[in-house]
Amino acid sequence: MSSVKEILNRKPTLRAASLLSLPLLWLGVIYIGSLFALFITSIWKIDTFTSKIIREFTLENFIDVFTDRAYFNVTIRTLFVAICVTIICAVIAIPMAFFIARIAREKSRAVLIALLITPLWASYLVKIYAWRTMFYPESGFINWLISPIGGSSPGFGIFAVIIGLTYLWLPYMILPIYAGMEKLPSSLLDASSDLGAKSGRTFFSVILPITWPAIIAGSIFTFSLSMGDYITVQILGGTFQMLGNVVYQNFSLNLPFAAAVALIPVIIMMIYLSSIRKSGALDNL
Amino acid sequence: MKISLTARILLWGVMGFGFTFIYLPLVLVVINSFNKNTSFAWPPTGFTTSWWGKAAVNEGVRDAITRSAVVALSATFIALILGSLAAAAIARYKFFGREVISLLFVLPIALPGIVTGIALNNVFTNFLGQLTIFTIIVGHATFCIVVVFNNVAARYRRLGASLEEASMDLGANRFTTYRLITFPLLRSALLAGGLLAFALSFDEIIVTTFTAGAGQNTLPIWIFQNLFRPNQAPIVNVVAAALIIVSIVPIYLSQRLTQEKVN
Repeated sequence: MSSVKEILNRKPTLRAASLLSLPLLWLGVIYIGSLFALFITSIWKIDTFTSKIIREFTLENFIDVFTDRAYFNVTIRTLFVAICVTIICAVIAIPMAFFIARIAREKSRAVLIALLITPLWASYLVKIYAWRTMFYPESGFINWLISPIGGSSPGFGIFAVIIGLTYLWLPYMILPIYAGMEKLPSSLLDASSDLGAKSGRTFFSVILPITWPAIIAGSIFTFSLSMGDYITVQILGGTFQMLGNVVYQNFSLNLPFAAAVALIPVIIMMIYLSSIRKSGALDNL
Repeated sequence: MKISLTARILLWGVMGFGFTFIYLPLVLVVINSFNKNTSFAWPPTGFTTSWWGKAAVNEGVRDAITRSAVVALSATFIALILGSLAAAAIARYKFFGREVISLLFVLPIALPGIVTGIALNNVFTNFLGQLTIFTIIVGHATFCIVVVFNNVAARYRRLGASLEEASMDLGANRFTTYRLITFPLLRSALLAGGLLAFALSFDEIIVTTFTAGAGQNTLPIWIFQNLFRPNQAPIVNVVAAALIIVSIVPIYLSQRLTQEKVN
């Protein structure tokens, strides 16, 4: 027993390895293993009559995904929605986070943070369901609100999906930015205004560059969560569809094809993650 | 720091808009749970508490809540152990491949849930033959680990290693140091991570759709199945309203925790 202890004491790498063994076994084997198996499936095909998988190498699925204009359009639509949601979230979240971190008094800060976290606990479906009742054409709240000024509810579609997803992921954007703003040294802000910078200049030249990693960290959530969503799209999208819906529809009948489509958001996310790795955003999650 | 009047007005405006945007839909759900009209046309036409009574005795709801609680507790338990082990290794040691491994610990939340869902479904149905409550727990634990890991790793970074080093210099071994120094310092981070993991699991629907066996309804799955059934819609609305009200409890708890830390 004591010899094991001695070895562990002398070799930090061994200590790290023993700490990591269980978590790595879980994530490495169950999670990465499953992802890997899924992508092996994407180079197989199915018997079109029985929907059984035939384990023969084929690039058919990828050729279908990458040559069919329809899937290209779905990918572009999905990216568009994810980017819109991320930008709207950032535009609302940055001033709110700044207000809470730097302007609100110590006492009201705790309350404001609690108010922000509360909707995080309310169920995903409840929130989307709430928006569904609001967006209902003719009888919904939005219609009731804007019909006196001559408007009518836009109904279900891409607009409702963008609003719904923005609503869902907004707190995921505010919280990392708030954490980033809190760390911002006030001496820098004072220095900026002492040197004559107006509020706008201070914001763009001091606050934004320093909190950038936190904003990027928030964008990982808003972007990824929007890109993979299919339930909000089902509830609020009407006939509008995104990549997640295509994967979901093909999943039970043609898993190899669904796997090939699922690879698109994975590739996009990997590109995104590797391009921001240097910004230090991953430490701000 | 000086802030111009325009900037101040702008910031107040965004705060007002932001909080209205966040709370209006939730308030409407609670109001609608007392709405007499079953299609929830706005404005409400009458007041009734009968939906609440019907929801309280609904078997499907009770069954789903119990299952969701079991799944969330188990997944959180697994996540607390694995997540804190991983955070200790990543935060306190330098080794080859550390960067890649810390990226690996972000993947389950960085990749879309539907990908995780169909990947796990494919493996579970092929190797285990069927989906059970355990496959839901395994699926949930996978992304819960990330939440605990992030919280604990951030705490380790903030703490620095000096207290632990002092303890070991004074003769405590690694285990005693962890028990008397590290763990008490990590406790609130573990609790925050655990609460968030529980909430995420309790609310998860996408991964659950693909890892739950037939009849293994969690609460979100039950809600989704009944959302489009006209005669069940009022009950769904009550469950939704109840979830909003109940969610105040963990918030209150975590607030109390941070207050204690300050004092």
